[in-house]
Amino acid sequence: MTEAANGRRGALPPGVSRSGDLSARLREHDYLADEGLATAIFLALKLGRPLFLEGEAGVGKTEVAKVLSRILQTPLIRLQCYEGIDVFQAVYEWDYARQLLHIRAAEALGTEEDPRRLERDLYTHEFLVSRPLLQALEHRGPQPPVLLIDEVDRSDDEFEAFLLEILSDFAVTIPELGTIQADRPPVAVLTSNRTREVHDALKRRCLYFYIEHPSFEREVEIVRLRVPEAENTLARQVAAAVERLRAMDLYKPPGVAETIDWTEALVALGAKELDESVVRATIGSVLKYREDQQRAANAGLSALVSGVGGAGG
Amino acid sequence: MAEGDVQTPPMLDAAVAFGRILRGVGLRVGTDRVVGFARALEELDAGRREDVYWAGRITLVSRPEELENYDRAFELFWDKGASAKARPRPKIRFSIPQPDRSVMPPKKTVEKSERGEEAVKLRYSPVEVLRQKDFALYSPEEFAELQRLIADLRLSGAMKKSRRLEPAHRGRHDPRRTLRGAMRTGGEAVRHRFRKARVRPRRVVLLCDVSGSMAAYSRALLRFLHAGVISGARLEAFSIGTRLTRITKELATRDPDQALRQASGAVKDISGGTRLGDAMKEFVDRWGQRGMARGAVVVVLSDGWDRGDVAVLAEQMQRISRLAHRVIWVNPLKSAPGYKPLAAGMAAALPHVDVFLSGHNFESLEELAEAIADAAWRDR
Repeated sequence: MTEAANGRRGALPPGVSRSGDLSARLREHDYLADEGLATAIFLALKLGRPLFLEGEAGVGKTEVAKVLSRILQTPLIRLQCYEGIDVFQAVYEWDYARQLLHIRAAEALGTEEDPRRLERDLYTHEFLVSRPLLQALEHRGPQPPVLLIDEVDRSDDEFEAFLLEILSDFAVTIPELGTIQADRPPVAVLTSNRTREVHDALKRRCLYFYIEHPSFEREVEIVRLRVPEAENTLARQVAAAVERLRAMDLYKPPGVAETIDWTEALVALGAKELDESVVRATIGSVLKYREDQQRAANAGLSALVSGVGGAGG
Repeated sequence: MAEGDVQTPPMLDAAVAFGRILRGVGLRVGTDRVVGFARALEELDAGRREDVYWAGRITLVSRPEELENYDRAFELFWDKGASAKARPRPKIRFSIPQPDRSVMPPKKTVEKSERGEEAVKLRYSPVEVLRQKDFALYSPEEFAELQRLIADLRLSGAMKKSRRLEPAHRGRHDPRRTLRGAMRTGGEAVRHRFRKARVRPRRVVLLCDVSGSMAAYSRALLRFLHAGVISGARLEAFSIGTRLTRITKELATRDPDQALRQASGAVKDISGGTRLGDAMKEFVDRWGQRGMARGAVVVVLSDGWDRGDVAVLAEQMQRISRLAHRVIWVNPLKSAPGYKPLAAGMAAALPHVDVFLSGHNFESLEELAEAIADAAWRDR
């Protein structure tokens, strides 16, 4: 009984029975998670509960969903939230153009005279356009899909309440069709940049993890993993410089994504080490606000590159 | 995983006790979260410190602000051993918000004034006079009356005007209604239907200075904020003192006195000095830039006295003006004859302000409500 229920809800990939295994699996797929995040993902999969990830832009929240879909070898279904998003964009919409054509065809061929039956024909699955949430519930396969609900904080309260309902029942009701219930609950990952506080009821449905910027050593590792062409010295220097930038009180402190972008830019320029002139040339790939670039320049770009790796003090 | 048919997870007792401690330091830990914690422990190694730590963090914490208290409580409970017989003495300090009653007169005064004396007083302060009277000169009784006036202000009316998705003669094609019509005319879409996108009001963000120099006004202005919050409009309220405090939730109580008491409980630095620039920076960094100020109507209610560096304020106001749709500044001192923005902060902020209003009496609040409604609805 318990076994069956667990099997139905949980979605751990084969061969993973502890959070340490999952951590290794994530690493194989180029995602370095610290122990906390790996534990959160492990529990989300094991207990079949949605995972709510919060944190600054660029710390790798969305990436979690992507790497999970690769590990579980299951499709990633993504719902990007925005202000004013509603059920018709998130769940389903009728294909009106085809419905109209169908009426016209039925009339031209004279196949259907009873308008009530015609109407019933129109509101069938054939004319339904599934949006991401419905797609995730309708998915049939050996593994449930990964459902990424990105930037929940951008949607509004009503939509949040609706999400809460879906994440509780994993079912939606379409008035003309009836209730559609998920075979197995999708692996749901919700992200938020915290532009506003998401309602506690929604968070309560989920496991919560706040992702912070990685530590220096981990960031070096990430860079080495994602930009293997980068020399060790360069990777360490970039990670150190980014760490200093984050301490600099910028409008948009660089995230991991920026660190990787920057390293790629440096590698493309053939840089083996960080020095003031290459930093000047590539600063636009880490700092995307002019004010931030100025602030870094005022603090002295040379200060960013001193003291780490081969550069020496 | 559980052996036999024991229903309660083995770790439940410890989980419940830990949950109670967390609740005591302000975390929102309900039974469901505690059960979640116990479940998580079952899946992990409950004998290993790290596993217990993470299981709790993932299931019991829901906001980064709670992490600090969680860590301390964890140390207290699991490391210092609540399982040991001795009750742990709370040597470790928690930051629990202490209620502060300085914005509000003690409850008794308000009650008394609302019952008996007010009727008498009102004879001497007819509404027309009250409307123009400077808030700084208000008596406690007049504040009670102000509450009624503000409730009538219909900030809500101005902001919640019904602009539902309406059938229109032009606009976006409405296939849903066109199809319904077509069914009636044998599949021929004789009349195409259209609809206009629903117009929603812009978000309004109110930042109210509660520092010492504003003391005479902040009480009345906070009532204005309260009226806005409960109107159901998309509105966010913050107080600015030495630091920034979000008070939207605290103000969301119908009872204005209770709301103000709650808000002043949340605000720790009421009537202290202002570091306006730093507070604005915190607003833009933490909330504004991430989306709250984007396309919004931002209203700052302050006299512009800034003990910090005004260059910071100027820079932050510039950032806000770039993000926001309209920036409205309300300064109660503006009403003084011959007013000039002498406060360095005010002078620094003005270039980035679209509308500059006074906000010293009820009439000026009416003007403010009008200006907000205009910016939120009309000039799109």
